[in-house]
Amino acid sequence: MSVATIAGHQLHVDGEGFLTEYDEWDEALADELAARIGITLTDRHRAAIRFLRNDFPARGETATLRRVAVVGGIPVKELFELFGAKPAKKMAYIAGLPKPRGCV
Amino acid sequence: MGQVVILGGGTAGTIAANRLRRRLDRDEWHITVVDADDEHLYQPGLLMVPFGEYQRPDLVRPRHRYLASGVRLVRGQVELVKPADNLVRLAGGELLHYTYLVIATGTTPRPDQTPGLLGPQWGDTAHEFYTLDGAERLAGALQRFGGGRVVIDVVDMPIKCPVAPLEFAFLLDAHLRRRGLRGRTELTYATPLPGAFTRPVASQLLGSMLTDRNIIVEPDFMAEQVTGDGIVSYDGRRLGYDLLVTVPLNMGADYVADSGLGDELNHVPVDRHTLQAAGYENIFALGDANDVPTSKAGSVAHVEAELFADALAARLHGRPAEADFDGHANCFVECGDGRALLLDFNYDTEPLPGSYPVPGLGPFRLLRPTRLNHWGKHAFRWMYWHALLPDRPLPLPARMSKAGKHVPQEVAS
Ligand SMILES: Cc1cc2nc3c(=O)[nH]c(=O)nc-3n(C[C@H](O)[C@H](O)[C@H](O)COP(=O)(O)OP(=O)(O)OC[C@H]3O[C@@H](n4cnc5c(N)ncnc54)[C@H](O)[C@@H]3O)c2cc1C
Repeated sequence: MSVATIAGHQLHVDGEGFLTEYDEWDEALADELAARIGITLTDRHRAAIRFLRNDFPARGETATLRRVAVVGGIPVKELFELFGAKPAKKMAYIAGLPKPRGCV
Repeated sequence: MGQVVILGGGTAGTIAANRLRRRLDRDEWHITVVDADDEHLYQPGLLMVPFGEYQRPDLVRPRHRYLASGVRLVRGQVELVKPADNLVRLAGGELLHYTYLVIATGTTPRPDQTPGLLGPQWGDTAHEFYTLDGAERLAGALQRFGGGRVVIDVVDMPIKCPVAPLEFAFLLDAHLRRRGLRGRTELTYATPLPGAFTRPVASQLLGSMLTDRNIIVEPDFMAEQVTGDGIVSYDGRRLGYDLLVTVPLNMGADYVADSGLGDELNHVPVDRHTLQAAGYENIFALGDANDVPTSKAGSVAHVEAELFADALAARLHGRPAEADFDGHANCFVECGDGRALLLDFNYDTEPLPGSYPVPGLGPFRLLRPTRLNHWGKHAFRWMYWHALLPDRPLPLPARMSKAGKHVPQEVAS
């Protein structure tokens, strides 16, 4: 774990740059993180990110694509259109959450 | 009289019932197991059915014979649980009242969840081996197979026995070599994971075992739909096939969702140490049916059932005991040509090389293909019926030990 400076904020990140502190994130930071991986957030992107943020505290892990689709109501196809290849990983990065575990 | 009702008489349900029966007074507690049928299937054996090594009679035994006397088996399809009333409803309307409820109805392959998979090719050129019927159909298809493109695809995670599709790939490679068909066959392993397996050390090793065997790995492949001769991912990749072997989406029983007890895959969210269903004092979920972040495997179902039964018995006897499951999973991985390797891991520690169960001595080697591991896996079928299900002591630890294991240098740093 290390500290990175993003948009003037000191943030705790893991080896791959994923935020490790849930509370260090806010919506403005999301735009910044998205830009770093070449994504400009629209309202549809933000809806997905918000679902991930709201889902995380109770479950303690980042929602899978299927969970975003079934519970969050955003089809997997759309997530691929919005975020491109490896959407689960990119969404987690933008939402300031741990990389999805990929299940065991 | 208290009532413990266990839904599902598979690995976890059977072990939990038998252990609880020994620990609870017969005059105070009734124990009931509900299952849809009386055919207990040894699921690890399914892997060998496509290659003609096991047949139906080798793998199926009457369920009731493995339940201790004093455990009642009710045959019926569970249709609904009403937690507010402590009631279970079976198809046909029969109601069962419970004091404690144990959900152990496992998880099953659902090819209906992938558009196109159940088209005309299903059972002809598209197959699965997670059910006995499916594995038998695949055996027929492999006998007819004369070379071509084979795609092995895992639709989505989690699946039970996450190493089974890898084992299938290794065994198929060996099978085709034996039959002189390997040169005429292109073998592809498509997975939604970024590599062969989730945990780094094992993923590296298993991944290179695939490429060493000339099996093409197609990572991050999330299947969107299947046609008569191709499988297409959400990001637009298309893998053409002459023979498709899928592991369809695995989902818990529908009644779990209908009863408001499940997540998006009908698995029951539980406390990962006590296995108590989130929000319910008297409901627990064991084995494949729950959502704990470790492998869905018989070895896990076994350990969970034991720890749960001991904790519940202690609680009912007024002793303070909490189950404290650590995610311990332990899997033999068939590698083909009579060798297997062994993985041992838990919530916090990934599979590492070393020896098992006795540190330094073994006899089994972790993360290294050996003949003895292979025999260990085969001997397990006997152990399953004669020691595991009857809940006789096994010479295996419930908790994971790190002794006798070593972290490879490149991963440790
Ligand atoms: C191909 C394959 C290979 C495997 N290899 C291994 C291995 O090598 N090692 C290992 O440890 N594990 C292996 N497993 C996994 C192992 O078989 C399972 O993890 C284990 O059986 C889980 O036990 P369980 O009690 O949770 O579920 P199950 O044993 O599946 O039992 C569930 C029971 O619930 C019943 N049921 C379901 N729904 C209902 C309903 N609505 N009403 C009434 N009854 C219902 C079913 O009939 C079944 O009897 C393998 C699995 C497969 C498919």
